[in-house]
Amino acid sequence: MQDRPTIDELLEAVAGYLRDDVMPNTQGRLSFHARVSMNVIEMLRRELATIEDHYAREWDGLDRLLGVEPMPPRLAVVREALLKRNAELCERIRKGEADEGPWRLAVLNHLRTVTLDKLEVSNPGLAAEYGDRS
Amino acid sequence: MQREEVQQGLERFIAARTGGPVTVSNLQRLSGGASRETWSFDAETPQGRIEGILRADPVPGAPTIPGRELEYHLIKAAWEAGVTVPEPLWDGDETFPVKFFVMRRVPGETLGARLIRGEQYAKARELVPVQLARDLARIHSIREADHPELARLEHAPPGKTPAEAQLDYYENNYRTAELDPHPVFELAIRWLRQHLPPPGDEVLVHGDFRLGNFIFDETGVRGILDWELAHWGDPMEDLGWLAVKSWRFGGRLPMAGVGTREQFIEAYEAAGGRPVNRQHFLWYEMFGNLKWGVITMTQASTYLTGRNRSVELAAIGRRTAETEIVLLELLEGRWE
Repeated sequence: MQDRPTIDELLEAVAGYLRDDVMPNTQGRLSFHARVSMNVIEMLRRELATIEDHYAREWDGLDRLLGVEPMPPRLAVVREALLKRNAELCERIRKGEADEGPWRLAVLNHLRTVTLDKLEVSNPGLAAEYGDRS
Repeated sequence: MQREEVQQGLERFIAARTGGPVTVSNLQRLSGGASRETWSFDAETPQGRIEGILRADPVPGAPTIPGRELEYHLIKAAWEAGVTVPEPLWDGDETFPVKFFVMRRVPGETLGARLIRGEQYAKARELVPVQLARDLARIHSIREADHPELARLEHAPPGKTPAEAQLDYYENNYRTAELDPHPVFELAIRWLRQHLPPPGDEVLVHGDFRLGNFIFDETGVRGILDWELAHWGDPMEDLGWLAVKSWRFGGRLPMAGVGTREQFIEAYEAAGGRPVNRQHFLWYEMFGNLKWGVITMTQASTYLTGRNRSVELAAIGRRTAETEIVLLELLEGRWE
């Protein structure tokens, strides 16, 4: 285990440096890229805080659509496993299985949940806007 | 190009067209874009003062997009059709080693978020939807038969409607970007494939008609810019693109963030645009969101393959989800 500051605390420090020191003292492209970098770091903080929940929710949703499979116990390999399962979902959509009927509704519901989770990390404002409607 | 070269070249070029001598002042490079050089200048000429813009390719022989090479002729055709564009003054010659042209400078700004939020733009926000609708109707009145100089702009390939050609192109880009699988895009592509709109007359399509690509001030639209993606195609493509969620810059209404679809359609039809079929419009709105989503993937992939290591391009990969939520809404029949 590493000593403090934690990952989140260090990322917060870097984001603060970009926001309070770099952005006000630069112009044009440099300042714009500092802003983009700060936003990326804030996004990573949200991702680190939610990744386990989001992986688990996406896995459960895919279980309901594709059949139950055990989720890999190590976080590091879950992404690869999710990619495989999403490729399978894409394949079934391309074959027309989601063109109509209850499975289409289930697919749409699952994808809405997953997309809102993605937005909670990448664009919380938009997640709130669309999350309120469902 | 170097400042000195531009200054002296412009003075010679304008002198030859106004019966010289000419003094150029306030020369300023505006964009740092790699695809275009834009210079702003003032010129004292025997025919009076000209506040002008020089648009030039960055390197000789660079243009690969017909719309870029034909930009002067596009703006001229639009000007003659009554579209709000900067007045085109002169197409370039051999003065510079690159292709260029000169147009009149239009006052105002382009940043989308400023139109949406600026207190000084309250009146402009009311005017812009109707002005854009009128400009678009006039752009769509331009036909190839009357403009042989624009014949080299892209057409849909023979045997394909413009809608099908566009969908093929972006589906292909999506499949070759080789990023992660995206079930939402699969659903959207399938829906678009199954609901292709019928063929119609091909007209001049601006190709990038959106908030951010026109100059505005307190009086509304002052100049439609960025003609590089113009082509012959389906007029509904421009309407759908204007409604894309990401081009609303946080505005609550669908058309450029400031107008309703019905208000826009009414003004478009009143200005001479052909009657708008709502399903046809929806098809292009869904397609526009898909297209922007695919562009976010291809831009991220230029980072991932190492062709461009900019943090801006890297970050844009995380914007794909913005288009996925909109595609889901539209797939579920929710327009607002």
